[in-house]
Amino acid sequence: MTVEGTAERKTARGGSKRTTAKKATPTKKATQSGTRNSAQPDEAEQDQLVQLLTPEGKRVEHPDYAIDLSPEELRGLYRDMVLTRRFDAEATTLQRQGELGLWASLLGQEAAQIGSGRALRDDDYVFPTYREHGVAWCRGVDPTNLLGMFRGVNNGGWDPNSNNFHLYTIVIGSQTLHATGYAMGVQKDGADSAVIAYFGDGASSQGDVAESFTFSAVYNAPVVFFCQNNQWAISEPTEKQTRVPLYQRARGFGFPGVRVDGNDVLACLAVTKAALDRARTGQGPMLVEAFTYRMGAHTTSDDPTRYRADEERLAWEAKDPILRLRKYLEAEGFVDDAYLAAIDEESETLGKRVRDAVRAMPDPDHMAIFENAYADGHALVDEERAQFAAYQASFADAEAAAEGN
Amino acid sequence: MAVHEKITIAKAINASLRASMEADPKVLVMGEDVGKLGGVFRVTDGLQKDFGEDRVIDTPLAESGIIGTAIGLALRGYRPVAEIQFDGFVFPAYDQIVTQLAKMHARALGKVKVPVVIRIPYGGGIGAVEHHSESPESLFAHVAGLKIVSPSNSSDAYWMLQQAIAGDDPVIYFEPKRRYHDKSRLDTESIPDPLHKARITRPGSDLTLVGYGPMVKVCEDVAKVAAEEGKSVEVVDLRSISPIDFDTVQSSVEKTGRLVVVHEAPVFFGSGAEIAARITERCFYHLEAPVLRVGGFHAPYPPSRLEDEYLPGLDRVLDAVDRALAY
Ligand SMILES: Cc1ncc(C[n+]2csc(CCOP(=O)(O)OP(=O)(O)O)c2C)c(N)n1
Repeated sequence: MTVEGTAERKTARGGSKRTTAKKATPTKKATQSGTRNSAQPDEAEQDQLVQLLTPEGKRVEHPDYAIDLSPEELRGLYRDMVLTRRFDAEATTLQRQGELGLWASLLGQEAAQIGSGRALRDDDYVFPTYREHGVAWCRGVDPTNLLGMFRGVNNGGWDPNSNNFHLYTIVIGSQTLHATGYAMGVQKDGADSAVIAYFGDGASSQGDVAESFTFSAVYNAPVVFFCQNNQWAISEPTEKQTRVPLYQRARGFGFPGVRVDGNDVLACLAVTKAALDRARTGQGPMLVEAFTYRMGAHTTSDDPTRYRADEERLAWEAKDPILRLRKYLEAEGFVDDAYLAAIDEESETLGKRVRDAVRAMPDPDHMAIFENAYADGHALVDEERAQFAAYQASFADAEAAAEGN
Repeated sequence: MAVHEKITIAKAINASLRASMEADPKVLVMGEDVGKLGGVFRVTDGLQKDFGEDRVIDTPLAESGIIGTAIGLALRGYRPVAEIQFDGFVFPAYDQIVTQLAKMHARALGKVKVPVVIRIPYGGGIGAVEHHSESPESLFAHVAGLKIVSPSNSSDAYWMLQQAIAGDDPVIYFEPKRRYHDKSRLDTESIPDPLHKARITRPGSDLTLVGYGPMVKVCEDVAKVAAEEGKSVEVVDLRSISPIDFDTVQSSVEKTGRLVVVHEAPVFFGSGAEIAARITERCFYHLEAPVLRVGGFHAPYPPSRLEDEYLPGLDRVLDAVDRALAY
């Protein structure tokens, strides 16, 4: 099975030595607690936002998070983001056309996902929510696999162990504990891989998330908490979840937290890499808050015009993660029109492949209801399965009889 | 609000919340997205605009927090009506509901009351992803200290919620989400039935069909089809799952001699088991057939493309009716 994400993955990680961040521990500055009363960054905190690429596409340095990527690697990140956005747009269209029941778009969050996703090693393990399409891409999960649950043909749709990418989790926050437990297992095994848990700003209010912070700190588990603060939990802004910037939460639990520009793919890559290295070397958990924005609706069922102003989106559009990398690549002469045209063409091919695959996706057999309820079987399920089969067969018999007439 | 207006269940619940808030300043609405958005189903639409953020509270995304603080507010004299966004998301709050809310009154020797109402849109049939289609009523009915109800039409939706809010016990109010947009008559003037009284919605003489919430419409459709086939089916809308009005069910079964219970939740250890056992005890000599149950399977709620086969529909219920009549 060829998956677009896989081939490029090797390239992006081909120079993994070069992507090493300078320091694995964030400075005090980044973990200082503030006295502000709002979750939004004020100017002082903007300073603490780790950024390596400005919205204008200018490369800047950060004292703690250096990164040095080859033109090829940079192009790889660009390609990842463009194709992920294209995939996401296709899924949204497919929902509008009635092919999917629901879609949770990642529009605007490409840098946070590709940056963090490309920081991972093959043997790391990912615990996503339901919006991590870009991370799935980086893991080499066939994007069409992500659509089954949104189409309603399954409740998962892939083997978590084939790409070390766990199933999407709908119940908010639950997966952070699974990630912590998994990391505790990694630690017991003496392995040097790391675990990463994705969640949103809204999820930070859940008890499970607080408990995962407690457990991971107490056991020094090799887990990175990657919070994509996209500013909204459906209709509720971040201020309805917290009165201190989220990255500062970590400090109270006993591990570092850092806020990174979530629309800056280089910064997301560098910071996540540092956090993962920290975890691998026995220094315990770390919280990364990627400060980003959900440009679209929460899901295709949501109507954001009821609760937020257009101006806000416009302001964030100016910080578009893809555009800013493109500006940089163009300014450096790393891409030319022919390259960009080739990516566009690849995007269209991907869109068509996804569209065709979804339309061809068969409905599950009705007996699938009883599949995998138990690993070792269960007498009641066997009985109900047999009754249901006989019931279904009675319709077939009736039809056959009617045709015979 | 005009008398006898045809209105959706969602709008009737909204009107009910409005009436309760107007009647009692201690009534609060709280939950995720209930304010500006009006809830993901728009059931609380406009309430925050009219009653303010102090009374229609957008909460953090934390169900244990929602119910735990609702308990505290109730201890302080308020009457919180908490919304859980979807059935499958009540479980982070399960601990608070089962270990605290249900037992607080008894533990305090009756000295404190915790009049918390928990609204939960529940059940399947809307093509949703997992955790959005479940029917966990039995999990709560098994717990003493909680009352559980589920309306099936607009008048009941309107009155039962107000009765639940006015009562001093914790009530879980299960809203049949697939029926939110069904319109039926809203009678705001007649004296409503008591909250826990079952109602015969269609008389019949051959068999009693018991359902509640989203299944009442299925039961009525079944009765219509059965009538065309010359079978007279009586439909009972249970309305309340804890307590259950067994008297109404009993007198119906004493008349018809046969009982089929229908619910979306899995049959195994479900509310149908309780009804079957009690009615067998009460009506043993009247029964012409064993009490049959139609419901979900002992399997996780399936992906939406299979839910029509999982949920009890016309055919599966008719099949059970035929089997009961064949004895
Ligand atoms: C326990 C639980 N409660 C409620 C919901 C309904 N719900 C789905 S997504 C969502 C908002 C999530 O916001 P956030 O954590 O910020 O993540 P985002 O979707 O913005 O990435 C809510 C309330 C849920 N899925 N799980």
